[in-house]
Amino acid sequence: MVLGLSSKKDKIDGLAETAGVSLAASAWKRLRRSPVFLTGAVIIGIFIAISLLSPWLAPHNPADPMLIDQVVKARNEIPPAQPGHPLGGDLQGRDFLSRLLVGSQQTLIVGVGATLIGLSGGLILGTLAGAIGGWVDSAVMRLVDVMLSLPSLLLAFSIAAMFARPSQFTVILAVAIVQIPVFARLLRGSMLAQRHSDHVLAATALGVKKGAIVFRHMLPNSLGPVIVQSTLVLATAIIEAAALSFLGLGNPDDRVPEWGQMLGDVQKVFDTHPHLAAWPAICIIIVALGFTLMGETLREALDPKNRR
Amino acid sequence: MALLEVRDLTVVFQRKGEEPFRAVDGVSFDVEPGQTVGLVGESGCGKSVTSLAIMGLLPKRGAKITGTVSYDGTDLLKLSDKEMRDRRGRDLGMVFQDPLSSLNPVVPIGLQVTEVLERHRGMPRKEAMIEAKNLLDKVGIPDPNRRLKEYPHQLSGGMRQRALIAIALACRPKLLIADEPTTALDVTIQAQILSLMKELVQDLGTALVMITHDLGVVAGLCDEVNVLYGGKVVEKAMRHKLFAEPRHPYTHGLLSSIPRLDAAPGEKLTPIKGSVADNIPWSEGCAFAPRCPNALDICVQVTPAEEDQLGRLLRCHNPVVPGTPAAEEVPV
Repeated sequence: MVLGLSSKKDKIDGLAETAGVSLAASAWKRLRRSPVFLTGAVIIGIFIAISLLSPWLAPHNPADPMLIDQVVKARNEIPPAQPGHPLGGDLQGRDFLSRLLVGSQQTLIVGVGATLIGLSGGLILGTLAGAIGGWVDSAVMRLVDVMLSLPSLLLAFSIAAMFARPSQFTVILAVAIVQIPVFARLLRGSMLAQRHSDHVLAATALGVKKGAIVFRHMLPNSLGPVIVQSTLVLATAIIEAAALSFLGLGNPDDRVPEWGQMLGDVQKVFDTHPHLAAWPAICIIIVALGFTLMGETLREALDPKNRR
Repeated sequence: MALLEVRDLTVVFQRKGEEPFRAVDGVSFDVEPGQTVGLVGESGCGKSVTSLAIMGLLPKRGAKITGTVSYDGTDLLKLSDKEMRDRRGRDLGMVFQDPLSSLNPVVPIGLQVTEVLERHRGMPRKEAMIEAKNLLDKVGIPDPNRRLKEYPHQLSGGMRQRALIAIALACRPKLLIADEPTTALDVTIQAQILSLMKELVQDLGTALVMITHDLGVVAGLCDEVNVLYGGKVVEKAMRHKLFAEPRHPYTHGLLSSIPRLDAAPGEKLTPIKGSVADNIPWSEGCAFAPRCPNALDICVQVTPAEEDQLGRLLRCHNPVVPGTPAAEEVPV
């Protein structure tokens, strides 16, 4: 009898364990079954694996002009596909496949770097505006309005062009600054909603200090939309970074391959050798698609309105 | 001197280009330790605003608060923001209406209890956790060790409200304000929560201000009752006296509008006719006059004064004669 009781209690405890611990857990439960999310996740997984392993995956040194003797500028000749070089070479006679593989590294660094910097800037500005309110809020939001009133790509170009010597870092910075207002406005909006919520009033009624109210009660409850936005921003950051490099505002050192820069380099030979442009373009599209698919499904899963 | 003395508390909401609105108009009442005082009235009568004003939770801009709220001899309305923050949760506790939205959804229950203990009693986290477990135990939450690690949505409504009461009482405040603590709960849980509050008030000698629109709650819990209408106290009496002999037509109407289980089948309900929207301003007479079955001409001309009638405060020109049955039936 006693034994029966205790096993029953274990069962009840077990039920509570599986009852889902938090919003994140219940979102994950739905995401696991979503084919769209899985597609995005697989694309991103492969992309990250390739970029981390590319030094070993690449058959040749991407900076080594090993096929230079096959390049004849006057006759517009570029090394074709051949044994050992499945995609042939580029304008400087470097192995194209190796450049494509190693290029994923730059894309990942720029995408993640720009998103992280943009996110941090947005978090600081959004928290300031949403938590303090008053004139701080007005000042921050007007700044954000000004930045958002400029087309984002144009703003990124202008920032990148301001630097005398473009480098990978200036590309990251230019793309990141453009993302700051998006995050700031989003966070400020959900912080404002939190400020008038019952649990914040309840915490105030308990004499909880202002700092704790902002960082323990308001901020964690406001982060959902910001997290989702950052996966979407990863896609835009990759595209914008590629656009900057394409226009020559990226890293001038072309020994380090980058997809946008590879696109830009082959403009002149595009009509005779379209594959040189097609490969990096397809790579950019697929990776951006992967992040977008993941971000969109994440947004749906975390939206409280869609919770069952 | 009582623990809490509210005198002439008036809250006026003022916005640019809009008529100022008197949400609370000269409300006075006392609460002694161990005593439960009820603030009763329908939606919009100013009960919640009264509680927020006492706690200092009304927005600084737009709300003009006058009168005195003296707690243990200090006027809470004159304290600085910081002094008030130190008192909230330590001297004054508050329990809100909706137990789900009043708990932070992303923080485990345990942390929400220890937060107050760390803040006001300076306890280290470990010690606070042990105290939190005792508190949950005390408010009747089974298996407190497990509940401490759980999130609000994993608790039932009744258990959430118990947790909120535990948090409000964590620092043994001498005054607890409960703003409709049972409204969001179903009836069986309501009874449990009410008896828990009654018990705690008796055990700890806490003074309790009970804000409710539910006369059942008043009957079960309150010692003294203030009936609010349009921001003013219209009738104040000890509980038994008020229920036995309601004198103000509004109180009388409230009591006779309660559906009775022993009523004959088919018997109609007796609502108070009209709604708060029919009110006239207190400056032009009695705000309740347009809805009042006893209204006289004088009711829309002269503001009725508060009169003391043998331990009952009444604000009415033509009170209900004791023994009058429920107001006549109004076709619904």
